[in-house]
Amino acid sequence: MDWNPLLLTFKLALVTTVILLLLAIPLAYWLSYSKARIKPVIETLVSMPLVLPPTVIGFYMLVAFSPTSVIGSWLLEWLGIKLLFSFSGLVVGSVVYSLPFMVHPVQAGLASLSPSLKEAAYMMGKSKFTTLFKVLLPNIKPALLTGIVLTFAHTVGEFGVVLMIGGNMPGKTKVASIAIYDEVEALNYAAANSYSLILFAVTFSILLLVYLTNGGYLKRFLK
Amino acid sequence: MIGLHVRKTLKGSGKNIELQLSLDIKKGEFVTLYGESGAGKTSALRLLSGLLTPDVGTITVDGRVWFDAEKHINLPSQTRKLGYVFQDYALFPHMTVRQNLEFALTKAQDGAIVVELLEFMELSDLQDRKPMTLSGGQKQRVALARALVQQPEILILDEPLSALDYAMRVKLQTYILRIHKKFKLTTILVSHDIGEIVRMSDRVIELKQGKVIKTATTADFFGLNKASAKFRFTGEIISIQKEDVIYVVGVLIGNEVVKVIADLAEVRQLAIGDKVYVASKAFNPIIQKI
Repeated sequence: MDWNPLLLTFKLALVTTVILLLLAIPLAYWLSYSKARIKPVIETLVSMPLVLPPTVIGFYMLVAFSPTSVIGSWLLEWLGIKLLFSFSGLVVGSVVYSLPFMVHPVQAGLASLSPSLKEAAYMMGKSKFTTLFKVLLPNIKPALLTGIVLTFAHTVGEFGVVLMIGGNMPGKTKVASIAIYDEVEALNYAAANSYSLILFAVTFSILLLVYLTNGGYLKRFLK
Repeated sequence: MIGLHVRKTLKGSGKNIELQLSLDIKKGEFVTLYGESGAGKTSALRLLSGLLTPDVGTITVDGRVWFDAEKHINLPSQTRKLGYVFQDYALFPHMTVRQNLEFALTKAQDGAIVVELLEFMELSDLQDRKPMTLSGGQKQRVALARALVQQPEILILDEPLSALDYAMRVKLQTYILRIHKKFKLTTILVSHDIGEIVRMSDRVIELKQGKVIKTATTADFFGLNKASAKFRFTGEIISIQKEDVIYVVGVLIGNEVVKVIADLAEVRQLAIGDKVYVASKAFNPIIQKI
């Protein structure tokens, strides 16, 4: 069995999760506390990947990243980045596609905290930055864990976006979900089954770990 | 010392509330903001602490301008040196009692104050506990201690005792008074509890619909000077019963019901639910509406 698609899948999921964590914390913070008029629009945009078929996102990215488009040619000329049919393209696509899975839990976590926690820290002279990292985030650890895991698992399960902008290039863009599709097309069910089984087992274990941790079962067990 | 003269329109659900506040508080005073819910007591505290920005007006403290709408001066909450005790205590759940206090230290500050406050508030035995494992009264003591770490000159207490039972309230009132004197604070309390106000504060400022409607010394405010009394308690009438030619009035003082005898002329002025004080001159207790 070729392990490359699986390794690529987990590499993509890991990179996406790290980038999204850095991106989602400021975004979720803004969404929880801002009273800006544009907020509903931003909230809608963040949630769009939940309802839009992945092929739609993939299609527009395909158009946008093509070297003949404004964005695509700018990226290529000025930064030398080619997003189409490349790993970096997959990362960008996955970040957009999994955005709500990271932002929503973090936003809900921040919203669930009493505003007086934040205000108490301000009254002690603590900056917004210190308050976020020393007071708010440590108190929403379960939400952060949920966001990280859902993003990771969701990226592992991605298919449509990847197929549209990444294609099917072994070692570069051929992730596990596409490899499975490939093997099935070739009537190679045994190989498809091994990939599927591994994905199933890995995602099951990750999710189980989250529920055990967030439900406090693990703590009780370890005592 | 504190001069707060501001206006602010609060956008409530449904109708807007117009706050038009004018408060002057002297150094070392213990002042209570009194009034119904929604009168603007908490908003007044938030305006002073910078958690809420006035639309127009000025706030000066100790000769320093904290806020001036015309000159576009608005000190952030972080630099207004206030000790603020929130109604829900706002203890950081992920930190122990000690860490909660230590977090409040400024960079330049020595940690000795934390130890001193833990001892003063009798929290030394609880210092390694997380807030979740503490009782209401213990949490309140932690919140008070934490508010004092930066040694502020002004202490703000937003209904700090409303969630506690009677015995605990009395105990904490003593703590607050001790703190007020020991650290020479100017203290602003929000409270509806007349007994609490009478026991603790020098002056009462009554708010109604966002405006100051009455300000007086505590004794004048509740009319306590009229009777020269040997003892005096405030309470609420919970029953009035006729017994032969006299009436027996049941008054809830703290958590105890006291029966006071009254004649028809006195009972005519009283109704169940009235706030009253019960006082004794020499031998006969007198009862009067406040």
